[in-house]
Amino acid sequence: MRRTCLNCVYDLAQRDERVVFVGSDLGPGVLEDMKNRFPDRWFMEGVAEQHVVGMAAGLAMEGFIPYVNTIATFLSRRCYEQIVLDLCLHRLPVRLIANGGGVVYAPLGPTHLATEDIAILRCVPNMTVVAPCDAEEMTRFMSVSLDWPDPIYIRLAKGGDEVVSRAENGFEIGKAITLREPGQVLFVTTGVMTQRALAASTVLAKSGVHAGVLHMHTIKPLDIDALLEAAVDVELVVTAEEHVLAGGLGSLVLETFNDARQAPMPKISRMGFPDAFASEYGSQDSLLRSWNLDSDALVARVHDELAHS
Amino acid sequence: METQHSDPSIMLDSRSRELRGLIVRALIGGNRGHLGSSMSLVEILRVLFDSYLQYKPHEPKWPDRDRFILSKGHGCLALYALLADKGFFSHEALDEFCHSSGILGGHPEANKIPGVEASTGALGHGLPIGVGMALAGRIRQQQYRVAVVTGDGEINEGSNWEAAMSAANNKLDSLSVFVDYNKLQSYGSTKEVCDLEPLAEKWRSFGFSVREVDGHNVKALKSCIKALPFEPNKPNVVICHTVKGKGFDFAEGQAIWHHKSRFSSEDIERMHAALDRN
Repeated sequence: MRRTCLNCVYDLAQRDERVVFVGSDLGPGVLEDMKNRFPDRWFMEGVAEQHVVGMAAGLAMEGFIPYVNTIATFLSRRCYEQIVLDLCLHRLPVRLIANGGGVVYAPLGPTHLATEDIAILRCVPNMTVVAPCDAEEMTRFMSVSLDWPDPIYIRLAKGGDEVVSRAENGFEIGKAITLREPGQVLFVTTGVMTQRALAASTVLAKSGVHAGVLHMHTIKPLDIDALLEAAVDVELVVTAEEHVLAGGLGSLVLETFNDARQAPMPKISRMGFPDAFASEYGSQDSLLRSWNLDSDALVARVHDELAHS
Repeated sequence: METQHSDPSIMLDSRSRELRGLIVRALIGGNRGHLGSSMSLVEILRVLFDSYLQYKPHEPKWPDRDRFILSKGHGCLALYALLADKGFFSHEALDEFCHSSGILGGHPEANKIPGVEASTGALGHGLPIGVGMALAGRIRQQQYRVAVVTGDGEINEGSNWEAAMSAANNKLDSLSVFVDYNKLQSYGSTKEVCDLEPLAEKWRSFGFSVREVDGHNVKALKSCIKALPFEPNKPNVVICHTVKGKGFDFAEGQAIWHHKSRFSSEDIERMHAALDRN
């Protein structure tokens, strides 16, 4: 997904001379083609995320569209004030390409796990937050990213993720995609939790439970209309996210239903990370399993909630 | 090397007094403000706006203008005085400093005030933004220059030094940093809180071409700025030795006058008296 995303940056740079690339200290050879063809629009600035985001703001104030890339934790935590003030207060079209959203970097430990990035970024005015579920959806997103007026935080998955998005659904920022029609149950997901929800839905169908999947590739602005409409005849909404429960997609869904005062309100069950730092390494899959976020855990949660409703 | 200081015998001329009068007008209008932090800046900004920067007050976004960023946003009253003086907005706007109906806040905001390029106030943001603007000018082969004014306490922030490394690495000789070195930050002296010395050596070692100047000596400032860029392919820094609260004897060198959120009638009398005396 990362390679796809960066290839798209080069494609966009060929189409539009406003596009610039700013990396911090990425691996050798990153966007070598773009560096060779557009050396004046390609920057590798070093391990200096505060500066990198401020510099991108300066470029954007002059009419450029910077695509900034580094690891998600450093691109959210380290330069938070620059994101809030330089990008969001000025409402600048800077794109933050965040490698390793969630627990992609599980083997590297808590310093590299972007577990609260959605929460801290979605609460900032003017910020847009997206988490495509696979490389093909990333490609569709990137093509519409160019002319979006606001800053965008782009949460990348690991790469090699099963392709479940469909070309016919297209990609419109802020518009949710129904990948499976809602039934008694509706999964509301973002990023690669969508694949897990689809798998859980398939398993649940075998036991007679129809569970739909509403894919929120855009967390902010949330597609409120699609969420409320999809949940009209649903008994149980299960949110699943590769993120702490506090402040993420599940919180947002709760807020939305509360504010909409839509009756009857479905039961809402949230699945995400606990209020704890990871205490083990392993892999993204193993950590998701430990934190009860694999498809088996989603199936179990639905059965449990329906049994107690 | 011993730290330089501004010559205390420098007399303020009528223009410097007039600009300080505009600042006092805003201070009284808002009944608050960073007096000390603004007064140390007056001559630096005066020389920049009178003798260096290219701009059009009635076309603030003129593409070929020089870019000016007041990174020490808390010194905004000095910038407001210059912008009002140059006609970016009316003098009456100063009376509404920090009012809910006014455009001039306690820190400058780009989307509200003509002539303000970047919203600042949180420290350490102006230089990275200035680097981006200078790079943008290079990409587009525009001839504009970028001037960033920082405080001395402000450069405690590491982001300045991240940006400084980048400015040198990118050989941005169109970028100039002006450090308002009044030797006082909020708590007390810069030497006591977090000593900046050897400051010129620091900037030099970061790849800048460095000059030091008395930040209240208009002639010396003009002569220094006229020599920009100091060296090809190197960013510039002018360390301006200043006095916090310059021109207001009761406030000069007094950390307590960094910021005041209410003025007594005696404070206001003292401000007026100082303006008359100068």
